[in-house]
Amino acid sequence: MKREVRFAEIAVVGGGPAGLCAALEAARAGARVVLLDRQDHLGGQLIKQTHRFFGSKSHRASQRGFKIAEALTREVASHPAVEVHTGATVFGFYEDGVLGVEQKGRVFYLKPARVIVATGAAERTLAFPNNDLPGIYGAGAVQTLVNVYGILPGRRVLMVGAGNIGVIVSYQLLQAGMEVAAIVEAAPVIGAYWVHAAKVRRAGVPIYTSHTIKEAYGKREVEGAVIWQLDGDGKPIPGTEKDLAVDTICLSVGLSPLIELLAQAGCRLAYVPELGGHVPLRDENLQTTVPGVYVAGDAAGVEEASAAMMEGALAGLHAAYSLGYGQQDYEARRAAIREQLEALRSGPVGEKIRRGLSKAIIQL
Amino acid sequence: MRIEQHPILEFRRGKKVKFIFDGKEYEGYEGETIAAALHAAGIRVMRESPVLHRPRGLFCAIGNCSSCLMTVNGEPNVRICTEKLREGMVVNSQKGKGVLYEKRS
Repeated sequence: MKREVRFAEIAVVGGGPAGLCAALEAARAGARVVLLDRQDHLGGQLIKQTHRFFGSKSHRASQRGFKIAEALTREVASHPAVEVHTGATVFGFYEDGVLGVEQKGRVFYLKPARVIVATGAAERTLAFPNNDLPGIYGAGAVQTLVNVYGILPGRRVLMVGAGNIGVIVSYQLLQAGMEVAAIVEAAPVIGAYWVHAAKVRRAGVPIYTSHTIKEAYGKREVEGAVIWQLDGDGKPIPGTEKDLAVDTICLSVGLSPLIELLAQAGCRLAYVPELGGHVPLRDENLQTTVPGVYVAGDAAGVEEASAAMMEGALAGLHAAYSLGYGQQDYEARRAAIREQLEALRSGPVGEKIRRGLSKAIIQL
Repeated sequence: MRIEQHPILEFRRGKKVKFIFDGKEYEGYEGETIAAALHAAGIRVMRESPVLHRPRGLFCAIGNCSSCLMTVNGEPNVRICTEKLREGMVVNSQKGKGVLYEKRS
């Protein structure tokens, strides 16, 4: 069968915060970019973030996530050097550097000189009896239902995980009119920023640290959950069970980078728990061990959207530079982005990320 | 359950459309996913697991996990968390793995 292959300068796979910024930065440097996203809208998971962002002042801090998504989408859509394909799933990365793309039942092939993979991450689940019952969701899934479609999945929810996502989503569910029965956290401390945790505590939601879910129950859907306390070694303590009548359980137990395409491309991977699992090894410019293939955002290691945007920008900048674009401004622009990224990852909050990155960043 | 009032967000819903789920007629809005329309109607069970026949619902809602596969207009294994609702769609709970091309006698 004859297949037509289109050539492109830079292909960006994924139109979330990292992909959008990668496309914009490369296009501004002068390169022509094809941006592919499997959803029918750009913005990735920013579209469901209703809270205001922290981060550096110069980088959209104090804006709400969905507003950032709208602004970036507008900039990308109006840039003449960016060709946007939504509803387009990149299903394969072939040996000769060809991407297979399915769009609305049609298949086409693309051979880009540079590829930036910004595919994001997937929500993790947790092992406990009946964890497959309908009514048990990833916290992000419920955020999508509530904040994008305006639909409540139930009336009363148990949140598992008191990291930023767990606590922020709990607050958003309260705002939307759900009752939050409790938040449980296996660690002895709350992982979320205090600003967020204080908000849900003020609303009267108990946060049980050193607690986890023992089981869910219900005939065909969730009707309740049992939680119990963990000792200093993380072992459950019998006799500490609490029975909660909830119809919804949200799991906010972390994300795993979506690295399938990078694995297909032959990028060397490393298991780095601090970054969420298997991630590609890469250099300071986000280039992987396969020349011309870059990674950015959660696919490079699970972090915040602000960091994803800057990683995207760095990858886009270097990809364009390596093709001969933006030679004059390159050093200054690169230094500026790196400075912002380092500021974001500084201090005790960024400690884990820095430790993870030290295992993932190599000299090529 | 649909949210009618929200302190930050305003939900702009599309045109009202009718669809069939397991033989019964329901209403939803154009532009929302099948999963959203079903949840608005209080339906959270999407399929049955192929081996143990356990009920399965939505998990990730963004097309990653394949927990919500249903049969839509006769086509099995459709991720209804990303598939948009359209007028007259016939949506069925999926039992088993689904067959793309039925044997014709």
